[in-house]
Amino acid sequence: MTPLLELDDLRASFPGPDGPVEVLRGVTMSVAAGEKVALVGESGSGKSVTARAVLRLDRDASLSGRVLLDGKDVLGLSERAMRDVRGARIGLVFQDPLASLNPVMTIGWQIMQPLLIRGVKKKEARRRGVELLGRLGVRDADRRFDDYPHQFSGGMRQRVVIAIAVIAEPALLIADEPTTALDVRVQAQVLTLLRELAAERSMSVLLITHDLGIVAGFADRVVVMRHGAPVEQGVVDDIYARPQHPYTRGLLASVPRIDDDPSRRLSTVDEAALEGEVR
Amino acid sequence: MTAVTGVSALSVRNLVKSFGGRPVVKGVSFDLAPGEVLGLVGESGSGKSTVARCVARLTKPDSGEIRLGGRDVLGASRRELRTLRRDMQMVFQDPYSSLNPRMTAGALIEEGLLVHGIEPDRRKRRDRATALLETVGLSAADADRHPRSFSGGQRQRIAIARALAVEPKVLICDEVVSSLDVSVQAQVLNLFRDLRERLDLSILFIAHDLAVVHYLCDRVAVLDQGSLVEIGPCGEIYRRPAHPYTRSLLDAVPVPDPAAERARQAV
Repeated sequence: MTPLLELDDLRASFPGPDGPVEVLRGVTMSVAAGEKVALVGESGSGKSVTARAVLRLDRDASLSGRVLLDGKDVLGLSERAMRDVRGARIGLVFQDPLASLNPVMTIGWQIMQPLLIRGVKKKEARRRGVELLGRLGVRDADRRFDDYPHQFSGGMRQRVVIAIAVIAEPALLIADEPTTALDVRVQAQVLTLLRELAAERSMSVLLITHDLGIVAGFADRVVVMRHGAPVEQGVVDDIYARPQHPYTRGLLASVPRIDDDPSRRLSTVDEAALEGEVR
Repeated sequence: MTAVTGVSALSVRNLVKSFGGRPVVKGVSFDLAPGEVLGLVGESGSGKSTVARCVARLTKPDSGEIRLGGRDVLGASRRELRTLRRDMQMVFQDPYSSLNPRMTAGALIEEGLLVHGIEPDRRKRRDRATALLETVGLSAADADRHPRSFSGGQRQRIAIARALAVEPKVLICDEVVSSLDVSVQAQVLNLFRDLRERLDLSILFIAHDLAVVHYLCDRVAVLDQGSLVEIGPCGEIYRRPAHPYTRSLLDAVPVPDPAAERARQAV
Protein backbone atom coordinates (compact mmCIF):
# COMPACT_ATOMS: atom_id res chain seq x y z
CA MET A 1 0.00 0.00 0.00
CA THR A 2 1.31 3.46 -0.86
CA PRO A 3 1.63 5.62 2.23
CA LEU A 4 -0.33 8.86 2.20
CA LEU A 5 2.79 10.89 2.80
CA GLU A 6 6.31 9.75 2.17
CA LEU A 7 9.45 11.77 2.72
CA ASP A 8 12.47 10.42 0.92
CA ASP A 9 15.84 11.91 1.87
CA LEU A 10 14.28 15.36 2.33
CA ARG A 11 16.93 18.03 2.67
CA ALA A 12 16.46 21.72 3.32
CA SER A 13 18.95 24.52 3.49
CA PHE A 14 18.54 28.20 4.16
CA PRO A 15 20.77 31.04 3.01
CA GLY A 16 23.21 32.09 5.75
CA PRO A 17 25.93 34.73 5.98
CA ASP A 18 28.57 32.14 5.09
CA GLY A 19 26.64 30.30 2.44
CA PRO A 20 23.70 27.90 2.70
CA VAL A 21 23.04 26.26 6.06
CA GLU A 22 21.72 22.72 5.87
CA VAL A 23 18.87 22.38 8.35
CA LEU A 24 17.39 19.09 7.22
CA ARG A 25 20.02 16.46 6.50
CA GLY A 26 17.99 13.74 4.89
CA VAL A 27 14.62 12.98 6.45
CA THR A 28 13.08 9.69 5.38
CA MET A 29 9.77 8.76 6.94
CA SER A 30 6.15 8.10 6.07
CA VAL A 31 2.60 8.53 7.28
CA ALA A 32 0.04 5.90 6.29
CA ALA A 33 -3.62 6.69 5.68
CA GLY A 34 -5.39 7.12 9.02
CA GLU A 35 -2.15 6.90 10.93
CA LYS A 36 -1.03 9.29 13.68
CA VAL A 37 2.69 9.95 13.59
CA ALA A 38 4.58 12.14 16.04
CA LEU A 39 7.72 13.99 15.07
CA VAL A 40 9.61 14.71 18.29
CA GLY A 41 12.81 16.52 19.00
CA GLU A 42 14.31 19.44 20.86
CA SER A 43 14.63 22.98 19.55
CA GLY A 44 16.71 23.12 16.41
CA SER A 45 16.14 19.46 15.58
CA GLY A 46 14.34 20.38 12.35
CA LYS A 47 10.91 19.01 13.26
CA SER A 48 9.03 22.20 12.35
CA VAL A 49 11.09 22.77 9.22
CA THR A 50 10.14 19.26 8.12
CA ALA A 51 6.45 20.06 8.52
CA ARG A 52 6.82 23.37 6.73
CA ALA A 53 8.81 21.77 3.93
CA VAL A 54 5.96 19.34 3.24
CA LEU A 55 3.74 22.34 2.53
CA ARG A 56 6.58 24.37 1.00
CA LEU A 57 5.88 27.26 3.33
CA ASP A 58 9.42 28.64 3.57
CA ARG A 59 10.14 30.48 0.36
CA ASP A 60 13.83 30.94 1.07
CA ALA A 61 14.40 27.24 1.74
CA SER A 62 15.99 25.17 -0.98
CA LEU A 63 14.55 21.69 -0.80
CA SER A 64 15.79 18.46 -2.30
CA GLY A 65 14.77 14.86 -2.04
CA ARG A 66 11.15 13.85 -2.48
CA VAL A 67 7.90 14.67 -0.69
CA LEU A 68 5.35 12.20 -2.02
CA LEU A 69 1.70 12.84 -1.33
CA ASP A 70 -0.36 9.91 -2.64
CA GLY A 71 2.75 8.90 -4.53
CA LYS A 72 3.08 12.28 -6.26
CA ASP A 73 6.06 14.55 -5.57
CA VAL A 74 4.85 17.94 -4.32
CA LEU A 75 8.29 19.50 -4.66
CA GLY A 76 7.70 19.56 -8.41
CA LEU A 77 4.25 21.14 -8.25
CA SER A 78 3.53 24.66 -9.46
CA GLU A 79 2.71 27.24 -6.80
CA ARG A 80 -0.89 27.17 -8.05
CA ALA A 81 -1.17 23.41 -7.64
CA MET A 82 0.48 23.72 -4.24
CA ARG A 83 -2.29 26.04 -3.07
CA ASP A 84 -4.71 23.24 -3.70
CA VAL A 85 -2.67 20.83 -1.62
CA ARG A 86 -2.67 23.24 1.32
CA GLY A 87 -6.01 23.12 3.01
CA ALA A 88 -7.70 20.59 0.72
CA ARG A 89 -5.26 17.70 1.03
CA ILE A 90 -3.24 18.84 4.05
CA GLY A 91 -4.56 21.00 6.90
CA LEU A 92 -2.21 22.87 9.18
CA VAL A 93 -2.42 23.95 12.83
CA PHE A 94 0.27 26.08 14.43
CA GLN A 95 1.20 26.61 18.05
CA ASP A 96 -0.04 30.14 18.51
CA PRO A 97 -3.74 30.48 17.66
CA LEU A 98 -3.61 34.26 17.98
CA ALA A 99 -0.95 34.57 15.34
CA SER A 100 -2.75 32.28 12.92
CA LEU A 101 -6.13 34.03 13.11
CA ASN A 102 -7.02 37.28 11.40
CA PRO A 103 -8.04 39.65 14.22
CA VAL A 104 -10.34 41.82 12.07
CA MET A 105 -12.40 39.00 10.53
CA THR A 106 -15.07 36.98 12.32
CA ILE A 107 -14.07 33.44 13.12
CA GLY A 108 -16.95 32.22 10.96
CA TRP A 109 -15.61 34.05 7.93
CA GLN A 110 -12.22 32.43 8.52
CA ILE A 111 -13.64 28.96 9.02
CA MET A 112 -15.69 29.22 5.79
CA GLN A 113 -12.79 30.40 3.61
CA PRO A 114 -11.39 26.97 2.70
CA LEU A 115 -14.87 26.01 1.48
CA LEU A 116 -15.76 29.30 -0.22
CA ILE A 117 -12.60 29.42 -2.28
CA ARG A 118 -13.44 25.92 -3.46
CA GLY A 119 -16.84 27.04 -4.69
CA VAL A 120 -19.09 25.85 -1.86
CA LYS A 121 -22.17 28.10 -1.49
CA LYS A 122 -22.08 30.44 1.48
CA LYS A 123 -25.18 29.02 3.13
CA GLU A 124 -23.80 25.50 2.93
CA ALA A 125 -20.36 26.65 4.11
CA ARG A 126 -21.92 28.30 7.13
CA ARG A 127 -23.98 25.24 7.96
CA ARG A 128 -20.90 23.01 7.83
CA GLY A 129 -18.79 25.53 9.75
CA VAL A 130 -21.28 25.87 12.59
CA GLU A 131 -21.68 22.11 12.77
CA LEU A 132 -17.94 21.56 12.95
CA LEU A 133 -17.43 24.28 15.55
CA GLY A 134 -20.13 22.66 17.66
CA ARG A 135 -18.43 19.29 17.20
CA LEU A 136 -15.21 20.87 18.47
CA GLY A 137 -16.92 21.78 21.71
CA VAL A 138 -17.68 25.45 21.15
CA ARG A 139 -21.02 26.03 22.85
CA ASP A 140 -23.61 28.18 21.11
CA ALA A 141 -21.63 27.71 17.89
CA ASP A 142 -24.26 29.40 15.72
CA ARG A 143 -24.14 32.64 17.68
CA ARG A 144 -20.38 32.55 18.28
CA PHE A 145 -19.74 32.05 14.57
CA ASP A 146 -19.95 35.82 14.09
CA ASP A 147 -17.60 36.67 16.97
CA TYR A 148 -14.02 37.88 16.56
CA PRO A 149 -10.89 35.99 17.73
CA HIS A 150 -10.32 38.30 20.72
CA GLN A 151 -13.69 37.24 22.12
CA PHE A 152 -12.39 33.67 22.54
CA SER A 153 -10.09 32.17 25.17
CA GLY A 154 -6.82 30.52 24.11
CA GLY A 155 -8.28 27.02 24.12
CA MET A 156 -11.37 28.11 22.16
CA ARG A 157 -9.20 29.92 19.61
CA GLN A 158 -7.19 26.76 19.06
CA ARG A 159 -10.49 24.94 18.35
CA VAL A 160 -11.26 27.62 15.76
CA VAL A 161 -7.84 27.08 14.18
CA ILE A 162 -8.47 23.34 14.08
CA ALA A 163 -11.87 23.97 12.47
CA ILE A 164 -10.21 26.04 9.72
CA ALA A 165 -7.62 23.30 9.20
CA VAL A 166 -10.06 20.42 8.87
CA ILE A 167 -13.21 21.97 7.34
CA ALA A 168 -12.15 21.06 3.81
CA GLU A 169 -11.65 17.49 5.02
CA PRO A 170 -7.94 17.08 4.34
CA ALA A 171 -6.49 13.58 4.27
CA LEU A 172 -3.62 14.75 6.49
CA LEU A 173 -3.51 17.20 9.36
CA ILE A 174 -0.13 18.63 10.30
CA ALA A 175 -0.23 20.01 13.84
CA ASP A 176 2.88 21.90 14.93
CA GLU A 177 2.99 22.12 18.75
CA PRO A 178 -0.80 22.66 18.78
CA THR A 179 -1.13 22.63 22.57
CA THR A 180 2.15 24.11 23.73
CA ALA A 181 0.59 27.50 24.50
CA LEU A 182 -2.34 25.97 26.37
CA ASP A 183 -2.91 25.10 30.01
CA VAL A 184 -2.68 21.43 30.88
CA ARG A 185 -6.43 20.79 31.18
CA VAL A 186 -7.23 22.58 27.93
CA GLN A 187 -4.36 20.71 26.31
CA ALA A 188 -5.94 17.41 27.29
CA GLN A 189 -9.29 18.49 25.80
CA VAL A 190 -7.75 19.64 22.53
CA LEU A 191 -5.74 16.42 22.17
CA THR A 192 -8.85 14.35 22.81
CA LEU A 193 -10.67 16.32 20.10
CA LEU A 194 -7.86 15.81 17.63
CA ARG A 195 -7.86 12.10 18.37
CA GLU A 196 -11.63 11.82 17.93
CA LEU A 197 -11.59 13.90 14.77
CA ALA A 198 -8.84 11.75 13.27
CA ALA A 199 -10.80 8.59 14.07
CA GLU A 200 -14.14 9.89 12.75
CA ARG A 201 -12.67 11.03 9.45
CA SER A 202 -9.89 8.44 9.10
CA MET A 203 -7.63 11.45 8.86
CA SER A 204 -3.87 11.04 9.20
CA VAL A 205 -2.10 13.30 11.65
CA LEU A 206 1.50 14.40 11.72
CA LEU A 207 2.00 15.85 15.19
CA ILE A 208 5.09 17.94 15.83
CA THR A 209 5.92 18.21 19.51
CA HIS A 210 8.69 18.35 22.08
CA ASP A 211 6.50 16.68 24.71
CA LEU A 212 7.08 12.96 25.10
CA GLY A 213 4.05 12.66 27.36
CA ILE A 214 1.75 13.91 24.60
CA VAL A 215 3.33 11.56 22.08
CA ALA A 216 2.72 8.54 24.33
CA GLY A 217 -0.99 9.27 24.49
CA PHE A 218 -1.50 10.32 20.88
CA ALA A 219 0.71 8.70 18.31
CA ASP A 220 0.75 5.28 16.66
CA ARG A 221 4.31 5.79 15.54
CA VAL A 222 7.07 8.18 16.51
CA VAL A 223 10.02 9.68 14.65
CA VAL A 224 12.78 11.09 16.87
CA MET A 225 14.69 13.94 15.25
CA ARG A 226 18.08 15.35 16.12
CA HIS A 227 20.26 17.80 14.20
CA GLY A 228 18.02 17.71 11.15
CA ALA A 229 17.59 13.97 10.70
CA PRO A 230 15.67 11.12 12.33
CA VAL A 231 17.80 9.12 14.74
CA GLU A 232 15.13 6.51 15.37
CA GLN A 233 11.57 5.71 14.36
CA GLY A 234 9.05 3.04 15.11
CA VAL A 235 5.84 2.02 16.84
CA VAL A 236 5.31 4.16 19.92
CA ASP A 237 5.24 1.23 22.39
CA ASP A 238 8.52 -0.15 21.06
CA ILE A 239 10.34 3.17 21.14
CA TYR A 240 9.25 3.91 24.71
CA ALA A 241 9.90 0.40 26.00
CA ARG A 242 13.09 -0.29 24.07
CA PRO A 243 14.70 2.87 22.73
CA GLN A 244 17.64 1.83 20.59
CA HIS A 245 19.40 5.12 20.03
CA PRO A 246 21.32 6.70 22.94
CA TYR A 247 19.69 10.06 22.18
CA THR A 248 16.17 8.62 22.46
CA ARG A 249 17.18 6.89 25.68
CA GLY A 250 18.61 10.13 27.06
CA LEU A 251 15.54 12.10 26.09
CA LEU A 252 13.14 9.64 27.73
CA ALA A 253 15.23 9.51 30.89
CA SER A 254 15.30 13.28 31.22
CA VAL A 255 11.52 13.76 31.44
CA PRO A 256 10.19 14.19 34.99
CA ARG A 257 7.02 12.15 35.55
CA ILE A 258 4.31 12.54 38.14
CA ASP A 259 4.09 8.75 38.49
CA ASP A 260 7.79 8.39 39.19
CA ASP A 261 9.65 8.28 42.49
CA PRO A 262 10.97 11.85 42.73
CA SER A 263 14.02 10.73 44.66
CA ARG A 264 15.32 9.05 41.53
CA ARG A 265 17.63 11.47 39.81
CA LEU A 266 16.83 12.45 36.24
CA SER A 267 19.53 11.60 33.80
CA THR A 268 20.27 13.82 30.87
CA VAL A 269 21.25 13.36 27.27
CA ASP A 270 24.88 12.36 27.31
CA GLU A 271 26.32 14.66 24.67
CA ALA A 272 29.74 13.09 25.07
CA ALA A 273 28.41 9.64 24.21
CA LEU A 274 26.78 11.13 21.12
CA GLU A 275 29.93 12.87 19.92
CA GLY A 276 30.81 9.96 17.67
CA GLU A 277 27.43 10.21 15.92
CA VAL A 278 27.27 11.54 12.40
CA ARG A 279 26.30 15.19 12.43
CA MET B 1 11.51 19.47 56.44
CA THR B 2 7.87 20.24 56.00
CA ALA B 3 7.10 21.18 59.58
CA VAL B 4 7.20 24.92 60.10
CA THR B 5 9.01 25.49 63.35
CA GLY B 6 10.34 28.77 64.68
CA VAL B 7 10.71 31.59 62.20
CA SER B 8 9.73 30.90 58.60
CA ALA B 9 12.21 31.85 55.92
CA LEU B 10 9.29 33.56 54.24
CA SER B 11 5.80 34.13 55.47
CA VAL B 12 2.95 35.49 53.38
CA ARG B 13 -0.38 36.46 54.95
CA ASN B 14 -3.63 37.44 53.23
CA LEU B 15 -1.94 38.77 50.15
CA VAL B 16 -4.38 40.70 47.95
CA LYS B 17 -3.68 42.31 44.59
CA SER B 18 -5.98 43.62 41.87
CA PHE B 19 -5.20 45.09 38.50
CA GLY B 20 -7.66 47.69 37.21
CA GLY B 21 -10.27 46.64 39.77
CA ARG B 22 -9.97 42.98 38.80
CA PRO B 23 -8.82 40.85 41.74
CA VAL B 24 -5.89 38.67 40.70
CA VAL B 25 -4.64 37.47 44.10
CA LYS B 26 -7.44 37.04 46.64
CA GLY B 27 -5.96 36.58 50.08
CA VAL B 28 -3.09 34.12 49.72
CA SER B 29 -1.22 32.87 52.81
CA PHE B 30 1.65 30.43 53.08
CA ASP B 31 4.95 29.81 54.85
CA LEU B 32 8.28 28.76 53.43
CA ALA B 33 10.37 26.88 55.98
CA PRO B 34 14.15 27.25 56.12
CA GLY B 35 15.70 24.87 53.60
CA GLU B 36 12.35 24.05 52.05
CA VAL B 37 11.43 24.03 48.37
CA LEU B 38 7.79 25.04 47.96
CA GLY B 39 6.15 24.69 44.57
CA LEU B 40 3.46 27.18 43.58
CA VAL B 41 1.39 25.79 40.71
CA GLY B 42 -1.59 27.01 38.76
CA GLU B 43 -2.83 27.68 35.26
CA SER B 44 -2.31 30.91 33.36
CA GLY B 45 -4.16 33.71 35.10
CA SER B 46 -4.12 31.90 38.45
CA GLY B 47 -2.03 34.71 39.93
CA LYS B 48 1.13 32.69 40.62
CA SER B 49 3.53 35.14 39.00
CA THR B 50 1.79 38.06 40.68
CA VAL B 51 2.34 36.38 44.05
CA ALA B 52 6.03 36.03 43.19
CA ARG B 53 6.31 39.64 42.12
CA CYS B 54 4.55 40.89 45.25
CA VAL B 55 6.82 38.82 47.48
CA ALA B 56 9.91 40.25 45.75
CA ARG B 57 8.29 43.71 46.00
CA LEU B 58 8.45 44.22 42.28
CA THR B 59 4.69 44.84 42.48
CA LYS B 60 3.02 46.49 45.43
CA PRO B 61 0.14 44.39 46.79
CA ASP B 62 -3.13 46.07 47.84
CA SER B 63 -2.94 44.51 51.28
CA GLY B 64 -1.42 41.65 53.20
CA GLU B 65 1.76 40.92 55.07
CA ILE B 66 5.06 39.53 53.86
CA ARG B 67 7.84 38.65 56.27
CA LEU B 68 11.33 37.55 55.32
CA GLY B 69 12.96 35.83 58.26
CA GLY B 70 10.58 37.75 60.51
CA ARG B 71 11.31 41.15 58.92
CA ASP B 72 8.47 43.14 57.40
CA VAL B 73 8.93 43.40 53.62
CA LEU B 74 6.02 45.66 52.68
CA GLY B 75 6.71 48.28 55.35
CA ALA B 76 10.47 48.28 54.76
CA SER B 77 12.27 51.57 54.21
CA ARG B 78 14.49 51.96 51.15
CA ARG B 79 17.48 51.17 53.28
CA GLU B 80 15.92 48.08 54.81
CA LEU B 81 14.78 47.00 51.38
CA ARG B 82 18.39 46.84 50.22
CA THR B 83 19.19 44.21 52.83
CA LEU B 84 15.97 42.40 52.11
CA ARG B 85 16.79 42.29 48.41
CA ARG B 86 20.10 40.74 49.24
CA ASP B 87 18.42 38.04 51.28
CA MET B 88 15.78 37.36 48.64
CA GLN B 89 16.79 36.89 45.03
CA MET B 90 14.71 36.14 41.97
CA VAL B 91 15.30 34.09 38.82
CA PHE B 92 12.96 34.58 35.87
CA GLN B 93 11.68 32.46 33.02
CA ASP B 94 13.44 34.08 30.13
CA PRO B 95 17.22 33.96 30.37
CA TYR B 96 17.38 35.96 27.14
CA SER B 97 15.82 39.11 28.55
CA SER B 98 16.94 38.94 32.18
CA LEU B 99 20.67 39.29 31.48
CA ASN B 100 22.21 42.56 30.27
CA PRO B 101 23.63 41.65 26.85
CA ARG B 102 26.50 44.13 27.17
CA MET B 103 27.95 42.63 30.34
CA THR B 104 30.13 39.53 30.52
CA ALA B 105 29.00 36.52 32.53
CA GLY B 106 31.63 37.36 35.13
CA ALA B 107 30.49 40.98 35.45
CA LEU B 108 26.85 39.89 35.70
CA ILE B 109 27.68 37.62 38.60
CA GLU B 110 29.94 40.17 40.31
CA GLU B 111 27.39 42.96 40.08
CA GLY B 112 25.48 41.93 43.19
CA LEU B 113 28.67 41.58 45.21
CA LEU B 114 29.61 45.10 44.20
CA VAL B 115 26.21 46.74 44.62
CA HIS B 116 25.68 45.27 48.05
CA GLY B 117 29.24 46.04 49.10
CA ILE B 118 29.84 42.40 49.92
CA GLU B 119 33.23 42.09 48.30
CA PRO B 120 34.98 45.40 47.63
CA ASP B 121 38.23 43.75 46.57
CA ARG B 122 38.29 43.27 42.81
CA ARG B 123 40.43 40.15 42.76
CA LYS B 124 38.38 38.43 45.42
CA ARG B 125 35.19 39.38 43.64
CA ARG B 126 36.51 37.79 40.51
CA ASP B 127 37.45 34.66 42.44
CA ARG B 128 33.97 34.38 43.86
CA ALA B 129 32.41 34.79 40.43
CA THR B 130 34.65 32.02 39.13
CA ALA B 131 33.67 29.75 42.00
CA LEU B 132 29.99 30.46 41.32
CA LEU B 133 30.38 29.68 37.63
CA GLU B 134 31.77 26.33 38.66
CA THR B 135 28.97 25.81 41.18
CA VAL B 136 26.40 26.09 38.40
CA GLY B 137 28.35 23.83 36.06
CA LEU B 138 30.14 26.41 33.92
CA SER B 139 33.85 27.12 33.93
CA ALA B 140 36.21 29.97 34.80
CA ALA B 141 36.85 30.59 31.12
CA ASP B 142 33.18 31.47 30.64
CA ALA B 143 33.55 34.62 32.78
CA ASP B 144 34.66 36.74 29.84
CA ARG B 145 31.90 35.66 27.45
CA HIS B 146 28.75 37.65 26.77
CA PRO B 147 25.23 36.23 27.24
CA ARG B 148 24.60 35.90 23.47
CA SER B 149 27.37 33.32 23.16
CA PHE B 150 25.66 30.99 25.64
CA SER B 151 22.77 28.60 25.04
CA GLY B 152 19.44 29.07 26.83
CA GLY B 153 20.32 26.52 29.51
CA GLN B 154 23.72 28.08 30.11
CA ARG B 155 22.15 31.53 30.37
CA GLN B 156 19.77 30.24 32.99
CA ARG B 157 22.79 28.92 34.91
CA ILE B 158 24.33 32.38 34.77
CA ALA B 159 21.08 33.91 36.07
CA ILE B 160 21.14 31.39 38.92
CA ALA B 161 24.81 32.08 39.72
CA ARG B 162 24.05 35.82 39.69
CA ALA B 163 21.20 35.31 42.16
CA LEU B 164 23.31 33.07 44.40
CA ALA B 165 26.26 35.48 44.45
CA VAL B 166 24.85 37.57 47.29
CA GLU B 167 24.14 34.42 49.32
CA PRO B 168 20.38 34.89 49.62
CA LYS B 169 18.29 32.99 52.11
CA VAL B 170 15.30 32.80 49.81
CA LEU B 171 15.29 32.24 46.07
CA ILE B 172 12.15 32.97 44.09
CA CYS B 173 12.07 31.10 40.79
CA ASP B 174 9.37 32.03 38.29
CA GLU B 175 9.01 29.38 35.55
CA VAL B 176 12.79 29.02 35.37
CA VAL B 177 12.82 25.80 33.35
CA SER B 178 9.76 26.23 31.17
CA SER B 179 11.54 27.64 28.15
CA LEU B 180 14.25 24.98 28.18
CA ASP B 181 14.45 21.76 26.17
CA VAL B 182 13.81 18.63 28.25
CA SER B 183 17.41 17.47 28.37
CA VAL B 184 18.58 20.93 29.44
CA GLN B 185 15.64 21.22 31.82
CA ALA B 186 16.77 18.02 33.53
CA GLN B 187 20.27 19.47 33.96
CA VAL B 188 18.95 22.67 35.53
CA LEU B 189 16.56 20.74 37.79
CA ASN B 190 19.44 18.58 38.97
CA LEU B 191 21.46 21.73 39.58
CA PHE B 192 18.69 23.02 41.86
CA ARG B 193 18.69 19.71 43.71
CA ASP B 194 22.44 19.88 44.29
CA LEU B 195 22.29 23.52 45.34
CA ARG B 196 19.66 22.94 47.97
CA GLU B 197 21.75 20.21 49.46
CA ARG B 198 24.90 22.29 49.48
CA LEU B 199 23.49 25.66 50.43
CA ASP B 200 21.12 26.64 53.17
CA LEU B 201 18.52 27.91 50.76
CA SER B 202 14.74 28.13 50.74
CA ILE B 203 13.12 28.18 47.32
CA LEU B 204 9.70 29.37 46.20
CA PHE B 205 9.38 27.58 42.88
CA ILE B 206 6.63 28.89 40.62
CA ALA B 207 5.76 26.58 37.73
CA HIS B 208 2.88 25.40 35.60
CA ASP B 209 4.47 21.98 35.03
CA LEU B 210 3.27 19.63 37.74
CA ALA B 211 5.83 16.95 36.92
CA VAL B 212 8.68 19.42 37.42
CA VAL B 213 7.28 20.47 40.81
CA HIS B 214 6.83 16.83 41.78
CA TYR B 215 10.50 16.20 41.03
CA LEU B 216 11.92 19.19 42.87
CA CYS B 217 9.62 20.35 45.64
CA ASP B 218 8.94 19.26 49.22
CA ARG B 219 5.51 20.83 49.32
CA VAL B 220 3.15 22.18 46.72
CA ALA B 221 0.61 25.00 46.86
CA VAL B 222 -2.14 24.99 44.25
CA LEU B 223 -3.47 28.33 43.11
CA ASP B 224 -6.80 28.67 41.28
CA GLN B 225 -8.07 32.08 40.21
CA GLY B 226 -6.13 33.92 42.86
CA SER B 227 -6.87 31.62 45.79
CA LEU B 228 -4.91 28.75 47.30
CA VAL B 229 -7.11 25.69 47.07
CA GLU B 230 -4.66 23.22 48.55
CA ILE B 231 -1.21 23.13 50.12
CA GLY B 232 0.73 20.19 51.49
CA PRO B 233 3.56 17.70 51.01
CA CYS B 234 4.01 16.70 47.36
CA GLY B 235 3.86 13.01 48.19
CA GLU B 236 0.37 13.36 49.65
CA ILE B 237 -1.13 15.84 47.22
CA TYR B 238 0.03 14.03 44.11
CA ARG B 239 -1.24 10.73 45.45
CA ARG B 240 -4.45 11.93 47.08
CA PRO B 241 -5.46 15.41 45.97
CA ALA B 242 -8.20 16.65 48.28
CA HIS B 243 -9.49 19.44 46.07
CA PRO B 244 -11.33 18.67 42.80
CA TYR B 245 -9.36 21.39 41.02
CA THR B 246 -6.05 19.78 41.95
CA ARG B 247 -7.41 16.43 40.84
CA SER B 248 -8.47 17.82 37.46
CA LEU B 249 -5.00 19.31 36.95
CA LEU B 250 -3.24 16.06 37.83
CA ASP B 251 -5.60 14.03 35.64
CA ALA B 252 -4.65 16.14 32.64
CA VAL B 253 -0.87 15.70 32.97
CA PRO B 254 0.37 13.39 30.22
CA VAL B 255 2.78 10.63 31.20
CA PRO B 256 5.50 9.41 28.80
CA ASP B 257 4.21 5.85 28.88
CA PRO B 258 1.94 4.64 26.05
CA ALA B 259 0.25 1.91 28.12
CA ALA B 260 -0.45 4.26 31.01
CA GLU B 261 -1.85 6.86 28.61
CA ARG B 262 -4.17 4.34 26.97
CA ALA B 263 -5.43 3.24 30.36
CA ARG B 264 -6.07 6.86 31.28
CA GLN B 265 -7.92 7.62 28.07
CA ALA B 266 -10.11 4.57 28.51
CA VAL B 267 -11.48 6.02 31.77
